[in-house]
Amino acid sequence: MAKFLFYRLLQALFVLVAVTLIVSFAIRLTGDPAVMLAQGAGSITEADLERIREALGLNQPFLVQYLDFLKGLFTGDLGRSFMGGTQVSELVGRALPATLALAFASLFISIALSIPLGVKAAVSRGRWPDQVIRIISLIGLSFPNFWLAIMMVLLMSITFNLLPPSGMEGWQSFIMPAATMGIILTATNVRLVRTTMLETLRSQYIMVARAKGLSNSVVLYKHALRNCSIPLITYFGLQFGGLLGGIVVVERVFNWPGLGTLAFDAVAARDYPVLQGVITVLSLLIISINLLVDIAYGFVDPRVRKS
Amino acid sequence: MSVNSLLFNFSKLRRFKSLEFIMGTVLVGGIGLAVLFSSWLFPDGGSGVNLAMRLTPPLADGNFLLGTDPLGRDVLARVIIGGEISLKVGFYSALGAVVLGIVMGLLSGYYGGIVDIIVMRFADVQLALPFILLAITFIAVIGGGLTNMIILLIVSQWVQYARLVRGSVLSLKDREFILSAQAIGVRDWRILFQHLLPNLLGPVIVLMTLNVANNILLESSLTFLGLGVDPVIPSWGGMLAEGRTYLQTAWWVSVFPGVAILLTVLGLNLLGDWLRDTLDPTGRTTR
Repeated sequence: MAKFLFYRLLQALFVLVAVTLIVSFAIRLTGDPAVMLAQGAGSITEADLERIREALGLNQPFLVQYLDFLKGLFTGDLGRSFMGGTQVSELVGRALPATLALAFASLFISIALSIPLGVKAAVSRGRWPDQVIRIISLIGLSFPNFWLAIMMVLLMSITFNLLPPSGMEGWQSFIMPAATMGIILTATNVRLVRTTMLETLRSQYIMVARAKGLSNSVVLYKHALRNCSIPLITYFGLQFGGLLGGIVVVERVFNWPGLGTLAFDAVAARDYPVLQGVITVLSLLIISINLLVDIAYGFVDPRVRKS
Repeated sequence: MSVNSLLFNFSKLRRFKSLEFIMGTVLVGGIGLAVLFSSWLFPDGGSGVNLAMRLTPPLADGNFLLGTDPLGRDVLARVIIGGEISLKVGFYSALGAVVLGIVMGLLSGYYGGIVDIIVMRFADVQLALPFILLAITFIAVIGGGLTNMIILLIVSQWVQYARLVRGSVLSLKDREFILSAQAIGVRDWRILFQHLLPNLLGPVIVLMTLNVANNILLESSLTFLGLGVDPVIPSWGGMLAEGRTYLQTAWWVSVFPGVAILLTVLGLNLLGDWLRDTLDPTGRTTR
């Protein structure tokens, strides 16, 4: 187990270094941040630019700057925004809860929907409930998330005037963004639950449970589902990255004050430290969740540790 | 001498009658043909500005079945012409990723070593970083446009194919037909491309079909966010971004491009599912 833990931690560290390196490198390609900072500040001499570079540490070689960034990362210092000089960690800290709240709400909706639907599809394999669930989930998989969001606004806000079209005020404003991501996630998860459940239902202890005369719902939800839960939790954990990626886009449609909106505003304003901060924090989040899922899996299932 | 070529053994494609195959072919084929003949169907390229007819609702005027946009351009024409961008990006990027992924996967599975390490570490990074974030960073830096988007999609997706191919090679390379080919002194590249490749193409084709669908979704998201192709060129994502402003007064401007994306992706997903049931019954390509 110690060896597995060590290897897995090393792997996570490697990914973190690779991701931050790629992002810092990409951002360095944009040109001179000093020139961008000086935009609109009237007449700027080369000496002024040199002073800005020195103040920002931009005259250092790339590797030194990158190591500075890594050091900052461990102390919670992500640099300062080009716009107004606010600490990036402060901006990210303000936006992160909104994104996480949306992520968990979507995950909750999708789990609440996909488990009963997936179990139903598996139990009635090949018959009409299975076919209907399968086709609906395939349609759900084909939805562009941002378009589904726009269609919800059209229906719920413009036509029926039931829900606020944008912003984060009160619980009503959660419904549409969370439902958008929840529905798309459900489409994937129903298929996962169905496949996992089909495999479990073939096993001998399910036959034993049925032979003992246990009721159908006890067999399904207590015996079978519990044994499905380990692979399912892994899948749900691995989805977190994709979920955050989708939320970034959907936030844009609903003007949700989360990391996605922060990132796009940063792109529009060419505010690269903020963009770098957002992407680093999101990747860190995804890497940690994947790591936790893997370690949990390793604890539960000894076969994983060996591979 | 491919023992059990999955690609060319058409007897395996016996389930042509399945609903998935028929619906998928009708959707993808119909949209593909419409896009292919779009310049013949709409000679003005959907750019005929007609301010007198601006925001005409669907069916209100015989010339504009799906209505007109804020500049009086025909929505139907623009939806069909806009499909070209999505189909191009989806197909070319999947093709590029397949070629690169197959080569890297074959090398990494057959020889191991440094290529293997590169492929597996790339896979780790890919798993940890959602594509959309990578795309935002790079496009903010190098700019959008068709070519950049295709390159970005290839770079971020070849690893999936490489992993799939690598896995298949690992399971095939100790089989008798490979060992005997090695024994009679067949050159390595022939073993890789003539003996191994045909035997692992089935799952690769399944993955590619689903990948084209996924790439179309990614392309339209990026263009919708203003990070993709030039807004002047008609594209589904771009039309949706434009139409959003008029959501209150003219729903049709943002509904129909989305329907086009939905139907195309659905068609590809149906075909992918059907191909998987047919070519890859053991389910190596999952998602």
